[in-house]
Amino acid sequence: MTNSIEEIEHTEMILAIGTNTTENHPVIGAKAKRAVRRHGAKLLVIDPREISLTKYADLWLRQKPGTDVAVLNGLMNVIVAEKLYATDYVTERTEGFEALKKVVKKYTPAYVEDITGIPAEDLKKAARLYAGAGRASILYAMGLTQHTTGTDNVKSVANLAMLCGNIGIEGGGVNPLRGQNNVQGACDMGGLPVSLPAYQPVANDEARGRFEKAWGVTLPPRPGLTVVEIMNAAHKGDVRGLYIMGENPMLSDPDLTHVEAALKHLDFLVVQDIFLNETAQLADVVLPSAAFAEKDGTFTNTERRIQRIRKAVDPPGQALADWEIIAGIADRMGYPMSYRDAEEIMAEIAQVTPSYAGITYERIDREGLQWPCPTQDHPGTRFLHKEKFTRGLGLFHAVEYIPPAELPDREYPLILSTGRVLYHYHTGTMTRLAEGPSERCPESLIEIHPQDAKAYGITDGQRVRVTSRRGQVEAKAQVTEKSPAGTIFMNFHFREVAVNLLTNAALDPIGKIPEYKVCAVKVEAA
Amino acid sequence: MSSVPLNIDGRDLIGKPGQTILEVARENGIFIPTLCHLKDTTNVGACRVCVVEVENARSLVASCCMPISSGMVVRTDTPKVRASQRMIVELLWSSGDHNCLTCEQNGVCELQDLVYWLKIDHPRFAIQSPGHPVETTNTMIQRDLNKCVLCGRCIRACNEIQVNEVLDFSMRGSHSKVGPAFDADYIDSECVFCGECVNVCPTGAITFKQARFSGRPWEMKKVRTTCAYCGVGCQIELNVHDGRVIKVTGNREFGQPNQGSLCVKGRFGMDFIHHPSRLTTPLIRKKKGGELTEATWDEALDLVSKKFEALKKQHGPDSIAGLCSARCTNEENYLFQKFMRAVVGTNSVDHCARL
Ligand code: SF4
Ligand code: SF4
Ligand code: SF4
Ligand code: FES
Repeated sequence: MTNSIEEIEHTEMILAIGTNTTENHPVIGAKAKRAVRRHGAKLLVIDPREISLTKYADLWLRQKPGTDVAVLNGLMNVIVAEKLYATDYVTERTEGFEALKKVVKKYTPAYVEDITGIPAEDLKKAARLYAGAGRASILYAMGLTQHTTGTDNVKSVANLAMLCGNIGIEGGGVNPLRGQNNVQGACDMGGLPVSLPAYQPVANDEARGRFEKAWGVTLPPRPGLTVVEIMNAAHKGDVRGLYIMGENPMLSDPDLTHVEAALKHLDFLVVQDIFLNETAQLADVVLPSAAFAEKDGTFTNTERRIQRIRKAVDPPGQALADWEIIAGIADRMGYPMSYRDAEEIMAEIAQVTPSYAGITYERIDREGLQWPCPTQDHPGTRFLHKEKFTRGLGLFHAVEYIPPAELPDREYPLILSTGRVLYHYHTGTMTRLAEGPSERCPESLIEIHPQDAKAYGITDGQRVRVTSRRGQVEAKAQVTEKSPAGTIFMNFHFREVAVNLLTNAALDPIGKIPEYKVCAVKVEAA
Repeated sequence: MSSVPLNIDGRDLIGKPGQTILEVARENGIFIPTLCHLKDTTNVGACRVCVVEVENARSLVASCCMPISSGMVVRTDTPKVRASQRMIVELLWSSGDHNCLTCEQNGVCELQDLVYWLKIDHPRFAIQSPGHPVETTNTMIQRDLNKCVLCGRCIRACNEIQVNEVLDFSMRGSHSKVGPAFDADYIDSECVFCGECVNVCPTGAITFKQARFSGRPWEMKKVRTTCAYCGVGCQIELNVHDGRVIKVTGNREFGQPNQGSLCVKGRFGMDFIHHPSRLTTPLIRKKKGGELTEATWDEALDLVSKKFEALKKQHGPDSIAGLCSARCTNEENYLFQKFMRAVVGTNSVDHCARL
């Protein structure tokens, strides 16, 4: 997030696009609802699905799945045409405006209505609502990123925010809500094939040189493979050994049949986890690790706040903290990693990670600090790009609308969109063991619109089979108007209804994120 | 005017315009008991436990609702104030089933605190419990409205803090009751089990069901940590007894990002920690197609390092790849990528964050 969670409650206007906030980030959802109900903020929701935030919204735009760029360009078209944008801000702090203007020109409300299904008048109203606010915060999540055009979608929200002068101010910003507790931290720490800690490019000699010095080794300069590329390489036999720590690609990756074949093709698979999950079952070596309540460390939340986790109970049996296990392997491979505790690792992180340089366990004991926090006396950063953008001027990246990779046709007439529900998390390994959440949400349901249900002769509660070009699954249907006609919705928390047998592994070319939000399927009674 | 002079219990104090008597008193370390007051929600003035005497006022005033004014003279500890508080507390006590012997809130109950503080041996009225059935229809939250003091804090927590808009008063008057619409049980309502109402209830009327009889408040060790689910990073308190996490509470003192609020996952999603299916020992598959069998750490780690070294030698470092985790700590992710880059010698390290 460019801005802080706290600011959401006190902004004038919230635009929620591609985020089912009250289910996926409930406490942020509560702040958004408080902003509306208690402090009079305006709320604009852009989502194909009737999520609960729509109940609190001043206006809800229901676009066809996968047409977000068209919607956003349409909003900008109106804002430019009606001269509602922040003229001074655009002149002083940004570049590329003329190119943007050219691109959004053809996205007139009527043209956008054709693509997205959003009534032209509603689009105009929405544009005025967003542009009319003094400070507006944009919230988005996987609903925007899990498309082949995910990177374009993200650029488009940034364009919109800059156009109205909403970046670099309190209560403004473009605010991606991270799905998993420490996605932010995993990226910050260099858990990416292209970058070392703090996004220092591995291909950059100077950056790499600093780490070579710090770590006392020579480092490979060529960027590595992404998850999906790793699976492909395993398939081909180029990757032969795989070390997986705390992930379950056997349920979370797109196109599971392909993942399973890839993992089985490996010479050697090591899985380190708290459970014998689907992926661990295929492993050659399984290493038992400690859960978050059994170890010390830090997580970095979606607003860049580095916060402590603390050991509350002992790990079961012989399980060890993940860092202890990694160190054990490194020691044996002739590279001793002798850390006394997690705190000592943080001290090393602070030395090589400029944005974390001011972080110590002592400083974050009572309250976490938000990076960048470059020095020991730096108070942390509540919002980014104040006064000027990191790169100097904010750059508008004009983008054209491109339809999703796989659209419905005669054989597969419906769109499948996937996501999460309130009561479960990710692949369900943790929440499905919880009595309460499982009582509230005991099984995977396929949400289908009454019109489609009627067309395919399906009744509420009936078992149905969903088939895509890649596979099929069965589950109970829930007939509801939540998703628009022509679109069904499923969650990916239940291994017995592994929805990623269906999804399309088509990737966004830059973000390399699979298109989980749109693929073509057919539905029939099972 | 930016400062308001007033006098409380003989002390000359300065307040800010718009502050209530209660706020100024608390800021200055003067104790006034409260029950229905809940910070950052509407002051409803329902319980009148917080009454004080204000010079020239005709009757006692509720300090949580009364704004200060210049020259105000307030007394918090007169016999009249105490008599009024005693009356209220005795009425509350006698109109419920306050059996502290089996109550989960024993020791942290605000009604019990008031009774003790006011030194009440017995209520002067006969005890008459309303006889509501105890609600045990879900596994997460238990409700015993016979212990409810109708302070309305749960209602304001649900509507004003979480904005879930589930709870309200029903049947106003002498049969007044709190709960979801149509007198439904939580499980049959729109309740999303955030547990905010449990956290704010001053008595044992709403409690965490799974935690019942698993440890009393003073036996519980509270460990502050960060929720392991979504990216909000809520600050939570694990309540630990006998080496087990018994329940999860929020704490408004912890401040940002969640100010004590949680959702159902952080609140009720922690059963996995002590689940019997947790891995407790390393496992090794001795030959392809064979079973995974238990091994020692030395056997397992020796095998991993030997295999990685062999692959590296035969096929080069890029024949090995690693996936770190959005669910592990920063320290662990840092070490993992350091291991892949510095020890194995490849940049093929990623995680499933995009998924
Ligand atoms: S658990 Fe949450 S949603 Fe349910 S009644 Fe209590 S406060 Fe409201
Ligand atoms: S249930 Fe608890 S919080 Fe709600 S009104 Fe009764 S005593 Fe107050
Ligand atoms: S309590 Fe809920 S909202 Fe808070 S971090 Fe955990 S999962 Fe996210
Ligand atoms: S606390 Fe003031 S009336 Fe209840």
